[in-house]
Amino acid sequence: MDTEMRDTILEYIRNEYLDEDSGIEVNENTKLISSGLVDSFSLVSLLMFLRQKYKVNIPDEEATAEVFDTIPGIMGLVDKYRQNK
Amino acid sequence: MAYSSKTREFFETELNGLKEQGLFKEERYIHSPQGAEIEVEFPSGADVKPVINMCANNYLGLSSHPEVLNAAREGLEKRGYGMSSVRFICGTQDIHRELENKLTKFLGTEDTILFSSCMDANAAVFEAVLTKDDIIIADRLDHASIIDGIRLASAQQDSYKHLDMKHLESKLQMHQDKHIRMIATDGVFSMDGDIAPLDVICDLAEKYDAMVMIDDSHSTGFLGKTGRGTHEHCGVVGRIDLITTTLGKALGGASGGCISGRKELIEMYRQKGRPYLFSNAVPPVIINAANRVIDLISQTTERRDKLERNTKYFREKMTEAGFGIRPGVHPIVPIMLYNAKLAQDMAKDLYQEGIYAVGFFFPVVPKGQARIRVQLSAAHEKEHIDRAIEAFIKIGKKYDILGKTKEQIIEKYGL
Repeated sequence: MDTEMRDTILEYIRNEYLDEDSGIEVNENTKLISSGLVDSFSLVSLLMFLRQKYKVNIPDEEATAEVFDTIPGIMGLVDKYRQNK
Repeated sequence: MAYSSKTREFFETELNGLKEQGLFKEERYIHSPQGAEIEVEFPSGADVKPVINMCANNYLGLSSHPEVLNAAREGLEKRGYGMSSVRFICGTQDIHRELENKLTKFLGTEDTILFSSCMDANAAVFEAVLTKDDIIIADRLDHASIIDGIRLASAQQDSYKHLDMKHLESKLQMHQDKHIRMIATDGVFSMDGDIAPLDVICDLAEKYDAMVMIDDSHSTGFLGKTGRGTHEHCGVVGRIDLITTTLGKALGGASGGCISGRKELIEMYRQKGRPYLFSNAVPPVIINAANRVIDLISQTTERRDKLERNTKYFREKMTEAGFGIRPGVHPIVPIMLYNAKLAQDMAKDLYQEGIYAVGFFFPVVPKGQARIRVQLSAAHEKEHIDRAIEAFIKIGKKYDILGKTKEQIIEKYGL
């Protein structure tokens, strides 16, 4: 596993969704959307972050709530488009 | 018959699941008009019990006001019962347009269009005017009807942390490439009584060329010095592009809603708003009564002033008694209990004491933030509020939560 990418995405999730005093732990096994932690409305921000950070052109239609529900799902999508580059 | 036993069992299992999770909602039958004192049958079949109502959206106490009832009767006599039509075929009477004009004046906007409910207004407010090149940026605690309205629209969607203006600004910066940016927020958030900082939001909207849409259902009629709503409270009358609100709360409490705002947008809703185009006109009884309501609250601020006094009194006395109350000025008063079962048990005990208030817990509010929500009304007299406070103190002592911190309550009852 690309631990650097994992940590970068986790850091983004923490900054974007958690209040400093929330006390909620997030790790690579956390369900993001189905747990209610990440609201599906803000997937556009996460997608823009990934596009800019990893210089990948992920199409909007692939950024589904299912894929974005887990850190490995997100990393898989980034990898797929990195390889297509 | 296509409703097979297998299909029936499927839905029975779904309903049982809701019961097991404590999410099953049961109606309580009220045998009286809406007001400060009501008569309730609960559970179904039980003797009717007189209680003080502390959970209605009857903020101004106009739901059963004699002048409103008279206006409703007059509407029935002079304009009939139903319109049997949507607005644009043969469903618009003079009094419909009169109400739209009165709401425009009252809210300080350019034009207004009526809907069957604010839920319908929110179903139209984004969908009819935004396209896939646009973006809606919503507060994460927006009401379900705003969320559903956003889902119906083809526009892109993003969100910001509840009331976090820095986060909103970062989102506005991020989306400068979009055609139209629309910020969507509740004026007042119904679970907490939080007030959106509309002055800051309007400044950000101007800086980053964004429109501002607010749902002011929990403010219209009483927030602000003359009751215009959250925009008056925040000093931004004329700067909100779109206001959706309801006739179903402070403004008589029957039903109906509207979008009020920029005149070109209001015309777009008349042309393209699907809930407007495909549902019946609001009936004359409601329209005539609502016209009277706007007259009443435009003539005097007496009722909103009384509501403000009631709210201040209740908040002060409950805080003095040692309850954990989210600070604020709104008549929505959340009494924080954190634990879901504690909130449910206390609400039940309060009901036995003749006080009707409701416990809320996940998923209606975030996990660990269970509370009893009290709503004050101008229909409450001091003795109603005193009786409610007395009952709260009695029950608070029983559960030993008076003067206790959040941590102490969680330690005792868990999350």
